[in-house]
Amino acid sequence: MNQAITPGKIQADTNLHKTWSKLTKNLAKYKWVYFMMIPGLIYFLLFRYQALWNAQIAFKDFKPLLGVFDSPFVGFKHFLTFFDSFYFEQLIGNTIFFSVGKLILGMPMAILLAICLYESAFKGFSRFVQTITYMPHFLSWVIMLGILLVMLSPGEGFFNAIIKAGGGDPIPFLTTPKYFRWVVIFSDIWKETGWSTILYLAALMAIDPTLFEAAAVDGASRLQRIWHISLPGILPTIVVVTLLRLGSILDAGFHQIFVLYSLPVYSVGDILDTWVYRQGVLEFQFSLATAVGLFKGTIGLILVLVSNKLAKRFAGSGIY
Amino acid sequence: MATKARIIKRGDDTIFQILVNTFLVLLLIAVLIPLWKVLIMSVTPLNFLDVKAYGLWLDPWKWSFEAYKQLLSHPSFTRAASNSGIITIGGVIVNMLLTVPFAYALSVEKLPGRKFFITMVMIPFLFNAGLIPVYLVVNKLGLIDSWWAVILPGGINIYNLLVMKSFFEGLPEELKEAARLDGANEIQVLWTVILPLSKPILLTIGLFYAVAHWNEFFNAILYLNDAKLQPLTILLRNILLAANMNEYVEYDAFSSASVQSIKSASVFLTMLPMVAIYPWIQKYFTKGTLLGGVKS
Repeated sequence: MNQAITPGKIQADTNLHKTWSKLTKNLAKYKWVYFMMIPGLIYFLLFRYQALWNAQIAFKDFKPLLGVFDSPFVGFKHFLTFFDSFYFEQLIGNTIFFSVGKLILGMPMAILLAICLYESAFKGFSRFVQTITYMPHFLSWVIMLGILLVMLSPGEGFFNAIIKAGGGDPIPFLTTPKYFRWVVIFSDIWKETGWSTILYLAALMAIDPTLFEAAAVDGASRLQRIWHISLPGILPTIVVVTLLRLGSILDAGFHQIFVLYSLPVYSVGDILDTWVYRQGVLEFQFSLATAVGLFKGTIGLILVLVSNKLAKRFAGSGIY
Repeated sequence: MATKARIIKRGDDTIFQILVNTFLVLLLIAVLIPLWKVLIMSVTPLNFLDVKAYGLWLDPWKWSFEAYKQLLSHPSFTRAASNSGIITIGGVIVNMLLTVPFAYALSVEKLPGRKFFITMVMIPFLFNAGLIPVYLVVNKLGLIDSWWAVILPGGINIYNLLVMKSFFEGLPEELKEAARLDGANEIQVLWTVILPLSKPILLTIGLFYAVAHWNEFFNAILYLNDAKLQPLTILLRNILLAANMNEYVEYDAFSSASVQSIKSASVFLTMLPMVAIYPWIQKYFTKGTLLGGVKS
């Protein structure tokens, strides 16, 4: 009733006033929360957003003296240089080879290990295997290089000593293109298989135990129970992990390859990230390197968004 | 947890258990042999080196700790080790000071502008600007050849931030409300209510950050040109690739430590801290990892 006789303008004013006072009240109420955010916000602006701002040099001929903003604009020149270059196909090919190889060979291993850890009747032993197999995940790739040299070097490496004892010629695994690719894939599997069982084990633990009991009563064998209960139980996890790994297919393991590769194996070992490093930091081609980085980032963004959407649709979960 | 099911399952085929556990034993051996070989190599005295490079055993009476003695008494090794220690401890302190309050603030559900801040975090999470733009930032801020260059750019790992945020969101709201009604401000709520309940996540994220700093290699290559500042990983890489030990370690041709044993000993010493710490925190971090791994 009152509303009908209140002029519209006053109504709007009081609304505005209400919003304003609510806002100030809120700001006062949450001032300590905002206060806590200050260091984080400064970090994000200074490092993350300034880096995004700097990425514009991909479209410019970056001159350090002129700065990021004032360097001359050249459009897609650097992108085209890269697409036309001899390296483009090789780099994309190597990058995808490593990503897909690690996924296809590494994942079944991790699933098998998770199932064995879950099924083993010796719980203490199972937990011990878990602890030991997680460990390599925490080793840096420089340490891995040391371990690989002890195992593979042509002089005193373990495998080559065996080959020599058997009358063969030693193989320089790390500097022969044919072997280098597989050293990369299998050293990654050696390092990460244990760690990647965590998600599968959690999915196995979440399966209702009464399903196994009912199957046992019905006379299902061990393998049948794994096939019909365990595997379907971890299928959503498998789908999510696969999709997310495909979403980051252009990240083939920069630190690993940066430490392990050398001139003789560039043709099979060089990936997008290592090339960006050499062009940008060693050859001072800042704009070209940034353009390739930006290209990779854009493809990565699209793949992550798509794979996350697919993961949510097919398995009901994603990373964000 | 699933004891009942276990008892029923244990009843049937022994063959299955033999297969499963054999596989586990094989995998255990596959993981341990390289590590064991590094250890054996590091204690092999010079006159034994060429005898059995494929052997996995060396009579403990013949072990020589000469390589460890040489490394631990050499100033460039001890300096690199203390550099790594400083980077790790300083780095984790900075990481936690930046990550914990920010994660808590983002977990406050009714915070005005929360959506904006979360978007602000998600954009750099999903879109990676690449190496060079960050390099230019570090260069412009004048951080090159200081430890800040390897500590600050990774000050907040966004993945860790999101994991911690969802942990805080999962804590019961009533506890926070009760503290607020008692007149506590949000900093006091975080300090007296939230943090004591967050030991698992703090240890997990703290360990992840610590491992990342201890293993720091690439950023050190990029930003630390001064040999006096370089961490253990860089010294280790130089030792591993050196044909001539003299550059890095006073390698004495008449000493009883071989080049190989010095290389292996430095590998072993570099991995020791991480390998020694992590089993103690393991029970916490599986939980922490799962929390952030997949979200519905």
